[in-house]
Amino acid sequence: MWLTVFFAMPLIFLLSMSLQTGNVTSGFTVTWHFAEYALGLQSYGPQFLRSLYYGGAATVLCILLSYPTAYWIAFKGGTRKSTYLFLILLPFFVSFVLRTISWQYILADNGIVLGPLKSAGLLPENFRILATTGAVIGGLTYNYLPFMVLPIYVALERIDYRVVEAAHDLYANRFEAFRRVVLPLSLPGVFAGVLLNFVPAASDYVNAQVLGGPNNTMIGNIIQDQYLYNSNYPMGAALSFTLMAFLLIGIFAYAKALGTENVLEAAAA
Amino acid sequence: MTDNTPRDPQSHPDSEFDLAQLRGLLQGRPARAGLSRRDALRFGGAAAAGLGLAACGVSGAGKHVALSKVKTDAEKFWAKQKKHGHVNFANWPLYIDTSHETLNLFTQATGITVNYKEVIQDDPSWFAKVDPEIRAGQYIGYDIMVITDGFQWSDFVALGEFTPLDQKLMTNFYKNASAKFKSRSFDPGNTYGMPWASGSTGIAWNPKFIREPISSIDDLWNPKYAGHVGMMSDIQEIGNFGLYKIGVAPETSTQADWQKAADALKAQKAAGIVRQYYDQSYINALAKGDTWISMAWSGDIFQQNLSSGSELKFVVPKEGGNIWTDNMTIPKYAQNPVDAMMLMDWYYRPDIAAKLTEAIEYITAVPAVQSIIASDATKATGSSKTTLQEVASSPLVWLTPADYARLHNYVNVTGKAQQTYSSIFEPVVSG
Repeated sequence: MWLTVFFAMPLIFLLSMSLQTGNVTSGFTVTWHFAEYALGLQSYGPQFLRSLYYGGAATVLCILLSYPTAYWIAFKGGTRKSTYLFLILLPFFVSFVLRTISWQYILADNGIVLGPLKSAGLLPENFRILATTGAVIGGLTYNYLPFMVLPIYVALERIDYRVVEAAHDLYANRFEAFRRVVLPLSLPGVFAGVLLNFVPAASDYVNAQVLGGPNNTMIGNIIQDQYLYNSNYPMGAALSFTLMAFLLIGIFAYAKALGTENVLEAAAA
Repeated sequence: MTDNTPRDPQSHPDSEFDLAQLRGLLQGRPARAGLSRRDALRFGGAAAAGLGLAACGVSGAGKHVALSKVKTDAEKFWAKQKKHGHVNFANWPLYIDTSHETLNLFTQATGITVNYKEVIQDDPSWFAKVDPEIRAGQYIGYDIMVITDGFQWSDFVALGEFTPLDQKLMTNFYKNASAKFKSRSFDPGNTYGMPWASGSTGIAWNPKFIREPISSIDDLWNPKYAGHVGMMSDIQEIGNFGLYKIGVAPETSTQADWQKAADALKAQKAAGIVRQYYDQSYINALAKGDTWISMAWSGDIFQQNLSSGSELKFVVPKEGGNIWTDNMTIPKYAQNPVDAMMLMDWYYRPDIAAKLTEAIEYITAVPAVQSIIASDATKATGSSKTTLQEVASSPLVWLTPADYARLHNYVNVTGKAQQTYSSIFEPVVSG
């Protein structure tokens, strides 16, 4: 019942909006204008690809950074595990937008990081990090890192260490034990982390606007502009559905590749 | 090898089916008579979805209302309104004296408290924010909002989302405003707005990074500043600048000109010259040193220099600059309209208008202000004396006819032509 009201009805309204034509002053009416989707893909194809690329890159970077962290907390954390987890979560007390804007100040062309390096002559005067692709991917990685650490930590925490000891008894060295025992057992956690990272990162609209340049706009920015700047609601709705379709296809393909039969089952694990 | 342990067929998928399972698979479910409740719900849901899809829509502007009818309706509306003692004011940043002295004097004189918020960053995003609220019949939280004379102004008027002003409470305005600001083409009879300030859009640069003097629009396209040029995200502002680049006046521009202007802007972006397209936040980027040269609004630069000691410079390019007027308006469903009218008219007292202009250095609608500022300058001492002298004689505030010849309004189109203009220039900013 609640699912119908809070999930299905907004989706239906959005779908209907994507098939309308008009503008703000003359009103919008449903004209079953399916060409809106084609127009959206045609005009903003590069932004779609860019968003998937940035989201994917940020997810991969997050995995690389958070797996060692989660592993260390789970196996070597000892009594202080909850403190370390709390430290990871501490930035979340501050608003998402504020944290991204703070990076804008840290990475400013003559700010606390680049300023001294430039005065020392280590970097050319023209060098900048902001308004580049790297800044946007870095911002995405930073913002979604805890969402990757926590699921991986949970999955690793559940591993009974005796299994690893058994592997050692069977003549596996530390690396083999990790690769053949710990890693496969932690994959559901990695999958959950990827879900929590890739979907929001690909549809993010704050990082590209704050840290990126004019060639770094993501599809989230386009959708936001269509709604909040151009009042072009049909295009915004059509782009939203297309993005949803892309992400669902991506998630199911990834689930297939991982070998999980039931996506929901793995996510719940 | 057989064993006697009971086998669960599902845990051994490659074992043979036992007979019972096979029978079950072949039999199938018996058909039920009539619709089951689940089927009925499914069908009902699909039907509702279909109806919902078709019935959704957003209503348009409705019929165009003649100006005389607007005035008679307004008189009836205002006869019923009373003063409440409080007013909520939405404005742009860098648009008032920082100590709010003008607002405090108003509160002392009338007893009306003012809640002043700098929430407007640019017109399109403000319009997109308040339009749905007003359509839903809601009070937007503000009784005065300051809107530029552009596309959004005509959208607000067409949708009937302004409250027409009470002409009887505009005594200071009609006494002190210059003729140029009364009854302009986009607001005949001053039905909907009173000018807050007028200003020009030109080029600002930071002499710390750029030593040579800037005077031409081509300087914004100079590859020497690649990655450090700020452009505005408002399509009416950059549309005009694109037209100046190709040497066309906005008043006489055609769609072909718009296309050429958009191409020039896209070439600027493709060459990596543009750092970012900014709304009001261009001033932060300029102050921080992220951009060395940027499109800018005249008074912002003066205020930034005053508040932070920076030495930014501003010029109107010789090919042309933009001139615009920001107007105080009352949105529909405002809860404190009488207080709003009193505050709006307050700013047309010459002494208050002079205080405002001294602080923001934008063009004022009250010509008497110039002599007031000059006499304030003679009475002041020290650094405030130099500041006031600068304001009293600033060519950016007191425009000559030659200046007006170089400054152009935004391209003035409505309806279909406005959509075409938007669709030509939007890809520059959003791509």
